[in-house]
Amino acid sequence: MPSPDTPAPAPERVEPPGTERPIVRVRGVSKTFGKDVRALDDVSLDVAPGIVYGLLGPNGAGKTTLIRVLATLLRPEGGDVEVAGVDVLADPTGARARIGLAGQFAAVDEYLTGRENVVMVGRLYGLSGREARRRADDVLERIKLTDAATRRVGTYSGGMRRRLDLAASLVGRPQVMFLDEPTTGIDPRSRLDLWELVEDLVETGTTVLLTTQYLEEADRLADRIGVIDDGRIVSEGTADELKDTLGGAVLEVTVAPDDVARSREILGGIAGDEVASAAAGTRLRVPARDGVVTLMAATRGFDAIGLQPLDVALHKPTLDDVFLALTGDRPEPVEGEAAEAATGVGLDATSGPSTGMATTSPTTPASSGDRPAA
Amino acid sequence: MSADTSTLAGAPTVFVPIREHTTLRGTLTDTWVITQRNLLRNLRLPQLLVFATIQPVMFLLLFNYVFGGAISGSLPPGIDSYTNFLLPGLLVQIAAFGASQTALGLTEDLSKGVIDRFRALPMSRAAVLTGRTLADLIRNAAVLSLMLTVGFLIGFRWQTSLLGFLGGFAIALLFAFALSWVMATIGLYVRNPEAAQSASFLPIFPLVFASSVFLPTQTMPDWLRVFADNQPITVIANAIRGLMLGPEVLLPGQTVGGEVLAALLWLGGITAIFSVLAVRTYRRAVS
Repeated sequence: MPSPDTPAPAPERVEPPGTERPIVRVRGVSKTFGKDVRALDDVSLDVAPGIVYGLLGPNGAGKTTLIRVLATLLRPEGGDVEVAGVDVLADPTGARARIGLAGQFAAVDEYLTGRENVVMVGRLYGLSGREARRRADDVLERIKLTDAATRRVGTYSGGMRRRLDLAASLVGRPQVMFLDEPTTGIDPRSRLDLWELVEDLVETGTTVLLTTQYLEEADRLADRIGVIDDGRIVSEGTADELKDTLGGAVLEVTVAPDDVARSREILGGIAGDEVASAAAGTRLRVPARDGVVTLMAATRGFDAIGLQPLDVALHKPTLDDVFLALTGDRPEPVEGEAAEAATGVGLDATSGPSTGMATTSPTTPASSGDRPAA
Repeated sequence: MSADTSTLAGAPTVFVPIREHTTLRGTLTDTWVITQRNLLRNLRLPQLLVFATIQPVMFLLLFNYVFGGAISGSLPPGIDSYTNFLLPGLLVQIAAFGASQTALGLTEDLSKGVIDRFRALPMSRAAVLTGRTLADLIRNAAVLSLMLTVGFLIGFRWQTSLLGFLGGFAIALLFAFALSWVMATIGLYVRNPEAAQSASFLPIFPLVFASSVFLPTQTMPDWLRVFADNQPITVIANAIRGLMLGPEVLLPGQTVGGEVLAALLWLGGITAIFSVLAVRTYRRAVS
């Protein structure tokens, strides 16, 4: 494995043949909490073996609920769920023997050592004591925790705990790993470590289904991405396919606050499409299907009414744009305008992970108030 | 496509189901793994170790030396010292006060996602709860043994036989086990550690004090005495006392056999009802 400082490109993978049976197969699954909170609404999904599938969506979209259904923790109201050839609803124990789960919080015991944690999970997978200890040592080496293996987890950093949490499941050699927001709340360096671990996992034949609200994470890791919003899969495909749905490019215009309304009119007239604005509202985006021609039409339009934009940029669509177009929402930086300005760069698919990572931010519930007017 | 391709595409080559977890052996193994895990928590968290060892000994010494002189005059005939009267009762009190640990442990596991992890593993479903109550039973055995040791040092002597003494100890442990299931139910119902702590003390305090644990019930007002004499904590304390000290310590009309039988009925009933309730509450807490 390469060192964390020089992230290697994602390993090349052979696309599974189209006829191959999906290793995760979901059909028409719905789940309602209470009377009217519809967390999942008729979700169907196929995951081919040996890939990383990314479930991308804002908070409350239903990502965690779907993971919990797949990991046998929740029973849906209806539909079919099959994991690794096992009908999850009919034979949950059989499914559990073939899956691994790492939830949103590192569910490791602080008063046990790293090794004791992994051995315990191995025992609960049904391994003999000796086999569990043998595999635990292998797994700890693989996640570079051998040196800390005999220390209590209470002394571990957040990133180490996440790695241990993930590793604990590996001891059972699951065919499918479910990771619920594996990198939420950990530092950039640890995130890189976890990404490499996921890539390493897939290389050795495990299928990974992860949820994330980081566009960059999905772009880097996922072979296929399902965008989930309001309990529904609203779009699905490879990162490139999703970007292609937006056409050639995106035109981004930054204007003074007083000019926002007039600029919206101009851009709407040119692109014939809705204008999406960033959280701060002064940066407007439209799909630019005709590239430079669209750009020039826009500048002529602004010129005609004597309005001078602060900045005009034409760039290839990013997952950020896809997300925005599909969910009418965007990840919003916590740190206000400065971070917001950087996000556009950080989320760009062409930028390296090390620059993007620091600027991507989780979608906060507050961002729903910033939905652009349709 | 060739076999090579399917391997590259991730066809898993290593998966071997190890054992069927539905077997009794699997269930026992899982239960023991969880029990060990929970016991280590008691041993490795200093505050728990201190709570479990110093507090009971402190209670024993304080009650014995502070109240002992004043109370020894009003003891029933046939009891050699207040220490002899007190220790069997304190076994019940300490088991009762420590029982909230079951609720605390479970609520912590719930809130930290540990229960989710267990539920996504192909392990016995029952092991999460039985591993918890079993670990608490073993912890209680250790704590009560420590108390008895200190008791012997300050002058406690059984007045019947070693067998009677051990029988009394066994009843105290059964009581701790029964109460563990009550606390498991409470913990899974309220779900958060702080609420579990206060909710578990609510029933325990009045039951322990309005009983024969610390003092004979004779001097209580009539209405309270009727309650105290018939509530389970008194019945259990009396059974332990009868077994360790002999029939003279009981009220007129009571026999050791009768008190032990009544205690066992209470304990069996509580365990049966609350183990069912705990399992049911667990199912609801996790779905």
